[in-house]
Amino acid sequence: MSSVKLSSTTRGKGPLSRFLLDDPAGKWLLIAVFAISIIVSGLNLLAPEGSALHVSSYTVTLLGKYLCLGLLALALDLVWGYCGILSLGHGAFFALGGYAMGMYLMRQIGDRGAYGNPELPDFMVFLSWQELPWYWQGFDSFLFAMLMVALVPGILAFLFGWLAFRSRVTGVYLSIITQALTYALMLLFFQNDFGFGGNNGLTDFKDILGFSLKSDTTRVALLMCSALALGLGYMICRWLVDSRYGRVLIAVRDAESRTRFMGYRVEHFKLVAFVVSAVLAGIAGALYVPQVGIINPGEFSPINSIELVIWVAVGGRGTLYGAIIGALLVNYAKTWFTGAMPDAWLFALGALFVVTTLWLPKGVVGLYGQVREKFLKPSARTQEQEVVDHG
Amino acid sequence: MIWRLWQILPLVCLCLLFVFVSSAQALTDSHTNSREELARQLSEKSWDKLEATITELSAKGDDESQKLLTLWLSGQLFIEKSTDRLVIGNRSGRMYLIADPITDEALGEVKKRSLKKIKINNRLRNAIRTALAIWDLKSEDPDKRLQAVKETSRNIQAETLAILKAMLKTESDEDVHSALTTAVALYHIQHGNDELKLQSLEILSESDDPIVRSALESIKTETKNKEILLGIDSALADMDRRQDYYSAIESVFFGLSLGSVLLLAAIGLAITFGVMGVINMAHGEMMMLGAYTTFIIQSAFPSLMEQSLFIAIPAAFVVAGTVGILIERLVIRHLYGRPLETLLATFGISLILQQAVRTIFSPLNQAVSTPEWLSGSWIINDALSLTWNRVYIIGFSLTVFLTLLFIMHYTRFGLNMRAVTQNRAMANSMGIPTHRVDAMTFGLGSGIAGVAGVALSQLTNVGPNLGQNYIIDSFMVVVFGGVGNLWGTLVAAMSLGVVNKLLEPWAGAVIAKILVLIFIILFIQKRPKGLFALKGRAVED
Repeated sequence: MSSVKLSSTTRGKGPLSRFLLDDPAGKWLLIAVFAISIIVSGLNLLAPEGSALHVSSYTVTLLGKYLCLGLLALALDLVWGYCGILSLGHGAFFALGGYAMGMYLMRQIGDRGAYGNPELPDFMVFLSWQELPWYWQGFDSFLFAMLMVALVPGILAFLFGWLAFRSRVTGVYLSIITQALTYALMLLFFQNDFGFGGNNGLTDFKDILGFSLKSDTTRVALLMCSALALGLGYMICRWLVDSRYGRVLIAVRDAESRTRFMGYRVEHFKLVAFVVSAVLAGIAGALYVPQVGIINPGEFSPINSIELVIWVAVGGRGTLYGAIIGALLVNYAKTWFTGAMPDAWLFALGALFVVTTLWLPKGVVGLYGQVREKFLKPSARTQEQEVVDHG
Repeated sequence: MIWRLWQILPLVCLCLLFVFVSSAQALTDSHTNSREELARQLSEKSWDKLEATITELSAKGDDESQKLLTLWLSGQLFIEKSTDRLVIGNRSGRMYLIADPITDEALGEVKKRSLKKIKINNRLRNAIRTALAIWDLKSEDPDKRLQAVKETSRNIQAETLAILKAMLKTESDEDVHSALTTAVALYHIQHGNDELKLQSLEILSESDDPIVRSALESIKTETKNKEILLGIDSALADMDRRQDYYSAIESVFFGLSLGSVLLLAAIGLAITFGVMGVINMAHGEMMMLGAYTTFIIQSAFPSLMEQSLFIAIPAAFVVAGTVGILIERLVIRHLYGRPLETLLATFGISLILQQAVRTIFSPLNQAVSTPEWLSGSWIINDALSLTWNRVYIIGFSLTVFLTLLFIMHYTRFGLNMRAVTQNRAMANSMGIPTHRVDAMTFGLGSGIAGVAGVALSQLTNVGPNLGQNYIIDSFMVVVFGGVGNLWGTLVAAMSLGVVNKLLEPWAGAVIAKILVLIFIILFIQKRPKGLFALKGRAVED
């Protein structure tokens, strides 16, 4: 937990310099992410097809997807790792951001849909709707859509968090009602007449800002955007948790009542973290959708949100970079398993849940410390390592 | 005189013998003749003539005609082409076994080509049904008579009316009597004069039979008489009111049966959550194991289908309970004091169990059969009937609930369990083996989930996803009801079930569910520890 402790050398300096000096793991991770993204993009665009160095567009998109999921995991780590809120509904914010982006992309199709209707998306023509519903207005504009990507999850998180934190719903109860939230949204979006494409969701996207989604350059651009968003998101989170605010947040996680008695408005601190986290999740969803080409209500399913929790747990919660590493590792494993032996994936994922919770409380990034600790004398253990055990 | 009698006795005998033989001869002759005649009539092509034959047979009123009509209705009556005689034909492989329609004497096996089926259409079916119903009117069995009265009231002829009226005088069974009154009134309102119509309207407004309703609606379009029109309107309004009343009862009943399913699914979860603070995400998979246990038992003992559930209930309890104890000993034991981690670990276990079932059985649903005694429904009146499986599930879940309540309050184990729920540290220092209580509790909770799985196997598809479909609902019940109180779980399950079913008619099934979820989310804000929270210092944090 060296990241939490402010070293004396950096006290009083700006957040960026503090970040660069005080968080070597995060720094190297981001450098690696950018380097790999640039190399993959370059090899995809510059190396001729068929040459040994060429990287397929599939790989570019896959990497872009991983980075989006990394951003989502980062968002969850902010609330779970630093605030002790185990949200089992973060997939909902991700999906809402994705739907906002999907709606913009649907409007971009114009009259190129299967029914050729310039005014209405295909599924509305199919339901024989006459005009665009009010909540679809404005999504022709990219700026408006991007605003919604942040606002819709943010407002939902604000309302939900304001209600829940104010009434001091905590622990397992909070986890279960976040799960109920995403479940209710899933049922709602599955409704055909709800106006978001029902079962099939939104798909058949053609282009974004006038660039075809099928072209390699667009895919590379999306990958770079994802890397950039991940980098920025990481720095925002790092700045938040290293600030004075972040230290109170950790106090809330470890001893909520005590922090309240000291005069802090605990619910406000939680609420800020929850809303920031939801907005980050929404942005991750918005970047994810153009790369996979579809958004459907399945993204709201509670299972997805629980799976997300295990990415963070595997990587190591309460570290921020651990969440990203976990997301990349587990999703890479998922891709590999579903290709090589699909039947074994759920066994592996299930085992991962059990193994991580039993033997890797600090995730893979805590593995080194765990091993070292085993060989040190108990007295040499620092107190702060116990902090993570609460939750 | 006597001797003279003796003298003529042989003569008399001779005469009698002659008369007897000849009349017997004549009888057989007429018999054969009528059979041949009937066969000829039945092979007619014209529907009208066939219907006339039905009327003729029904007028005869003997057992033989009844049997013929029944066979005709079920499509078993044939004419053998070579001999032109009537036979019963039963398909057996590619051949037909034929038999005499009266004596049931087997007449051998013929090809399909050599038989001609007696024609039938919907009009004739109705005619035959009415004719058969008139026979049943004389039956000894009141249920049969009731069925027959209802059947005949679909389309009453003047002749039938006479029979019904005669019956009305002697009928002693109350239900049959009221059905008869309705049937007679139904005839009068269709064929009687205005005064009779008005009188019968009063009787008919009491009835909930859909036949009465449609008859009234069709008369409403025909009649000009204002008084009758008004009467029909008020009768229909009466019916609507009763219909609404019964459908409200039905909704509540559906709600209670849904609530019972929720109760079964949630009660095990409530116990483990209450005692250990552990949310067992693998709880749904314990139900799945119970359902698969039922499937295995039914496949292993196909001859015991009717008793299979009684074997499955203890078996499922043992299977799921053992798995539960194993999970507790191997995984959860290491995660005390970290409830959110147990949530994740048990979720991992649920994934493994699901995939295991997919690998061992198949990803597809398995066919679990329903015993005879569970199917069918309990008919209360024309407008209200309740299916037996739902009635049984309500009873079953209440039985399970009461058993648990007994265990919790009147056994040593229950006492320990309650002590650990209220204050784990204190219970431990008083010498209660908390770890053993934990293991037993987890086993009990899982075992009950297994039993719930047996019940669910009768209501939904048995597949690897069975548990997943119920787990979120069970959480909602536990959270809504509050921890450590079985009554809370009961009230929560039943009220969520009933509210869900009452919302369904006007909101639709999915929206109703969403509304209930939103309600629970808001409710938790008001009472973060559920409906019936335990009070006391120890359970505060």
